[in-house]
Amino acid sequence: MSILVGNETRLCVSGITGSEGTFHSLRNRDYGTNVVGGVTPGKGGQDVDGIPVFNTFHEAVAETDANTAMIFVPPRFAADSILEAEDAGVELIIAITEGIPAHDELRVYNTLKKNGRARLVGPNCPGILSPGKASVGIIPASFFKSGNVGVVSRSGTLTYQIGNVLAQEGFGNSTIVGIGGDPVPGTDFIDVIGMFEEDPETDLIVMAGEIGGDNEERAADFIAENVTKPVIAYIAGFTAPPGKTMGHAGAIVSGSSGGAAAKAEALEAKGVRVGKTPTEVAQAAVALLGGAD
Amino acid sequence: MDLLEYQGKQLFARHGVPVPSGKPARTVEEAVAAAEEIGYPCVVKAQVQIGGRGKAGGIKVAQNREEAEQHARAILGMDIRGLTVHELWIEGASEIASEYYASVIFDRSAKAPLLMLSTKGGMDIEAVAEETPEAIARLHVDPLLGFCDFHGRRLAFEAAVDADVVRPVGAMLAKLYETFIAEDATLVEVNPLIVTPDRQVKALDAKVTLDDNALFRHPENAELRDLSGEDPQERMAKERGLTYVKLDGDIGILGNGAGLVMSTLDVVALAGGAPANFLDAGGGSKADAITSAVEVILSDPKVKAVLFNIFGGITRCDEVARGLIEAFAQINPTVPFVVRLDGTNDVEGRALLAEAKLPNVYAESTMDGAAAKVVELARGASA
Repeated sequence: MSILVGNETRLCVSGITGSEGTFHSLRNRDYGTNVVGGVTPGKGGQDVDGIPVFNTFHEAVAETDANTAMIFVPPRFAADSILEAEDAGVELIIAITEGIPAHDELRVYNTLKKNGRARLVGPNCPGILSPGKASVGIIPASFFKSGNVGVVSRSGTLTYQIGNVLAQEGFGNSTIVGIGGDPVPGTDFIDVIGMFEEDPETDLIVMAGEIGGDNEERAADFIAENVTKPVIAYIAGFTAPPGKTMGHAGAIVSGSSGGAAAKAEALEAKGVRVGKTPTEVAQAAVALLGGAD
Repeated sequence: MDLLEYQGKQLFARHGVPVPSGKPARTVEEAVAAAEEIGYPCVVKAQVQIGGRGKAGGIKVAQNREEAEQHARAILGMDIRGLTVHELWIEGASEIASEYYASVIFDRSAKAPLLMLSTKGGMDIEAVAEETPEAIARLHVDPLLGFCDFHGRRLAFEAAVDADVVRPVGAMLAKLYETFIAEDATLVEVNPLIVTPDRQVKALDAKVTLDDNALFRHPENAELRDLSGEDPQERMAKERGLTYVKLDGDIGILGNGAGLVMSTLDVVALAGGAPANFLDAGGGSKADAITSAVEVILSDPKVKAVLFNIFGGITRCDEVARGLIEAFAQINPTVPFVVRLDGTNDVEGRALLAEAKLPNVYAESTMDGAAAKVVELARGASA
């Protein structure tokens, strides 16, 4: 098993006819993901290298039974596209789009929560990869192999870096989940860590956080109460000065809260090991599991 | 993006939040003309995005034309905690019976707007929050429902505002919430919200932060951006669409993706170096963006060595290599570069760099190795 995406995934891509949307949809399909359709209003009836394009998510779901959506449209259209996918009954919506207005994210988050029928991962995330099964998003899948380490991260490229150092120690991954760096993520650490705890293929959980917000602190409490599997955490941004936004809309230190040191302390206080560099994360994994299986 | 006080007040006025009438001024002459029009007494207020303006002498009351001129002359060009005053706001002086505090903030943790109201306004609200948290009434608003009048009443009663102003304070909260939503703000703060002796309520100050990602919906707000207070390198980067934050050290950093760049800063610091900047070239950067980024990094004269740390996903390493080669052709840097390329098209990127044989460019295969190398080079340069 793996979590969120796998052999059961039937993917429909919003924005499949855009250049980036086409490129990554085909890359995901080449990896083995079952890409059943795409949505671009006004281009229904066309196809992208054999993948049928629909005008609406409702039509796409009716025709293809899609259960997963990937959102690849520009920020001003993204919130609407997420809401459309949810309204059409898609259960898992993965939003890659970066730069969605904060108030749109708030409306989307609260609508999905109220309706309670779909999970949003992202926005502003690299997607989800279950090595050997399915890749949805922009993660360079060839760098990862299947294994027993589950990774959840707020940052895309940092995920690759951590996956890479783990791979150099011989570890593979059950699933890699990018939850995104925005202020209102649809899915947070707690959700994903809970799924890894239940996943029989995951023996070790790595969470890569960064400055800003209180997700890491809340994850620390959750882990202490609910997680039996070992967890290793990494926090980026020890050298970030307070009051500055560090690229991710969510990565801002306000006063003493949300800083890297405070997050590391909160996690360590609950018994979670914290690596100060990606390399230290890999070393901690070796120490815990005694090398890859 | 943070607005100046008067820009915030102009937004407030558009949404019916009562504010004292006033005029902006960029010169002494404009300030005097504004004061004459508004009448006396009036207040001459420095417009800079930093607190403590009053203590620094940036807010003065003028009783007549001579005083208005004198204050405008003194405040324009004044340095307030590192920021130069380029603009003034002249407004009619208000009589104050009580000073309250009101705000709407984007509460990431609760994923809902948070309204706050307190009768302990006019002072440092952070200190109030710390010492007497019960003095601040708080209420989350369901963003799908929006503001209801009972929210205003509940906050006003909980904060124990004077009974005769419960209704107007509630009405002001409704309008502040409307401003927050309509303008895509992430912060709307009024400190102090005043009650005048004739029982009017007014916003005497305005602190507004707008969501940059939503500026496409508000072209008129996008024009308010004030780059004058920003660091020259940060301004240059912003003009080129790069995310750059100036730091104090001497090692220039470029990476792709905010998390990896933050991590790179940490790894360099652990290796004993001091990063000069945070620069996220972003996802899918093309060669010209990289060339631009090198220019921004090197425009900081403190930089003694530069580290490129790229893990390509959507970014292609061959594009990064081309950008660096182009930067060398255009600006011929004199400081050493350490380059680590991994991920999409890394083999092609490394081959391009090897062929180009750029002077003073060192390839490293790991992030830790690259950090150690750049620290060593920066030390060599300062020895």
